[in-house]
Amino acid sequence: MTAKRPGRNATPLKPKRAAPVAPPRRSSGARAARSAWRDRLDSWRLHHRDSARDALQRMRAAPSATAMTVLVIAIALALPAGITVLLENAQAATRDWDGNAHLSVFLNADVDSSQQRALAEAWQQRDDVERTQAVTREQALAEFRELSGFGDVLDALPDNPLPPLIMVYPVDAHPDRLAALQAALNAMPEVDLAQLDVLWVQRLHAMIELAGRIVGALTLALALAVVLVVVNTIRLAIESRREEIVVIKLVGGTDGFVRRPFLYTGFWFGLAGGLVSVVLVQSAMLWIGSPIDELTALYESEYSLIGIGFVNALVLPVFAGLLGLMGAWLAVSRHLNDIDPQLL
Amino acid sequence: MIQLDRVSKRYTSPGMGSKDALKQVSLKLPAGELTFLTGHSGAGKSTLLKLIMMIERPTAGEILVDGIPLNRVGRSGIPLVRRRIGMVHQNHQLLFDRSVYDNVALPLVIAGFPHADIGKRVRAALDKVGLLSKEKLNPMMLSGGEQQRVGIARAVVNKPPLLLADEPTGNLDPELSAEIMDLFKDFARVGVAVMIATHDLSLIARYSHRLLTLREGHLVADRDETADDEAGNGSPT
Repeated sequence: MTAKRPGRNATPLKPKRAAPVAPPRRSSGARAARSAWRDRLDSWRLHHRDSARDALQRMRAAPSATAMTVLVIAIALALPAGITVLLENAQAATRDWDGNAHLSVFLNADVDSSQQRALAEAWQQRDDVERTQAVTREQALAEFRELSGFGDVLDALPDNPLPPLIMVYPVDAHPDRLAALQAALNAMPEVDLAQLDVLWVQRLHAMIELAGRIVGALTLALALAVVLVVVNTIRLAIESRREEIVVIKLVGGTDGFVRRPFLYTGFWFGLAGGLVSVVLVQSAMLWIGSPIDELTALYESEYSLIGIGFVNALVLPVFAGLLGLMGAWLAVSRHLNDIDPQLL
Repeated sequence: MIQLDRVSKRYTSPGMGSKDALKQVSLKLPAGELTFLTGHSGAGKSTLLKLIMMIERPTAGEILVDGIPLNRVGRSGIPLVRRRIGMVHQNHQLLFDRSVYDNVALPLVIAGFPHADIGKRVRAALDKVGLLSKEKLNPMMLSGGEQQRVGIARAVVNKPPLLLADEPTGNLDPELSAEIMDLFKDFARVGVAVMIATHDLSLIARYSHRLLTLREGHLVADRDETADDEAGNGSPT
C-alpha cells in the first residue's frame, strides 16, 4: 500500500528540510528544483534495486537455511505440477482415440460383397453418418494375417471365419447420438453386431477430468502451504532484524521502506522454489521417460512423453514468486506494526 | 521550531491505575537556540521526547513540530515528522552490520536523496564530527565517544531543523562531553533548535543556556539562564 510512498511523501519535505541551514543547500537546490521528480523516481528505483540485491545477499549468506526453505517450497510445488504434467500426458495420449469414435458394424456372414457395398453407400446417406468404410471378408483376412501373425492358423481353417465389416464414422461423437445410431444399425436384418469402441475412452476421460479436479484442490492446498512457509520465514527474518527496523523507523523510514526488502525476500524464495520445482518435475519426467518409450513402442504407438513445457517452466516460477510475495506481505503487515521504536 | 501547548500524557495500565507522566506542559523552542531539559528519572523527560518523536501520542494538548500540528498527523505521516528531527540516542542506536558511512547515510537513503548527494552530505557530516577517516570502519570498532559522534553525524546529516539529544554525554568523560557540547552549540549557531535532555547537572552548570526542569510531570522551571544572570534573580519567566 505504501510501497511507493517515499517518493511521493518526500516531495513537500525537501524545500523545508534544508531551510534553516541555507549555505550548503545551494549546490543541490537548483538541480532539485529542475528534476526533483526524476531524482525521487531514480532513488525509489535505486532502493528497489538495493532491496532486491540485499535480500539476495542475505539469502546467500545463510545457504543451508535458504536451501531448506527453497526445497520445501519446491517440493510443495513439484507435487501438483508433476501430477498435472502426467495428466496432460494421459489426455494427449488418448485424445486421438476420441477423435476416431466409430462403430464397427459386423454383418451376417451370408451378406456378399456387393450387398455390403450397397449397404455402406446407403448408410453414408444418413444424416448422422459422416462416412462409411466397407471392409470385405477378404480384406479383413489379409489385414488380420498381416498384423496378428496367426497366418498359419488361418491357413489351417477350411474357410474365412471373419464376417464382413462396415466401419461407420458418425457426424457427432456425443454418447447419446452414438447410442441411438448403434441401436438403429443393430435393428437392421443384415447386421449381426454394431459395436461401439469408444465407451472405455470416455470413461478414461471422465477419470482424467476427476483427477484434474483433485489436482486443482491439491494445488490450492499446497499453494497455501507455500504461502505459510514464506510467512514463517519472513517472520523470523523480521524478528532477527528488529533492531534495524527500529532504527530505520526512528530516522523516518516509511512502512514501505521497511517492508520492501522483506517483500523481495519472499519473492526470491518463491521464485527460487519455483525454479527448483521445474527442475524436479523435469528430472522426474526424464526418469520415467525411457520406460514409457519402451511401453509405447510395445503398443506400436508413436506417443512420447510431454515435459513440463517451455511456457509452464516460466509460469510456475513466476506464480511461485507471487505466492512468496503474498506470504511476505502477510508476514510483514502482521508483524511490522508490532515493532515500534522505544527510547532508552 | 517546537511548541507544546498544555500537553498532558497519562499512562493507564489495566488494574494498575493510571499515572500522569506529563501535566499541562507548555513550552516553545525557537530556532537557533540550545536548551537543556532536566529532571529526575520519572519526571517526564523521556515521555516528552517520545511525544515529540511521535513514538507516543499525548492524552491532551497540542504539539507543533516545525509548524506541523502532530495531532493531525496520521500513522503514515509519522516518518515525515521524524525526518525533521535529528535524534541523538543515549545508546547510540547504531547498526553494527554496516559501516560508519552506511549508518550515517541511512536517513538520506530513506528520504530518497540522489546517490551523488548522499556521498557529499555523509562526508560533510562525518567531517563535522571529526570521523571522516573512519567512514569504512564498523561502528563496533569505535570507542563510546566516537560512536556517540557517529550518532550525531547521522542525526544532522539531512540537516533537520530540530535536534534532540537524550543523555548525549551519558558515559563520556568531561573532555569528550565538552567536544560534543561544542558540536551542539555549532548546530544551534546555524539555526537548528537543539534540545539536550540530561540529568548531568555539572554539564548544565558549565554552560549558560536555557534550562527546562521537569518535576513529576510539571514544568517547574523554564529559565533563560543568561537572562537570569543579567537580571540577577532566578524567577521563572
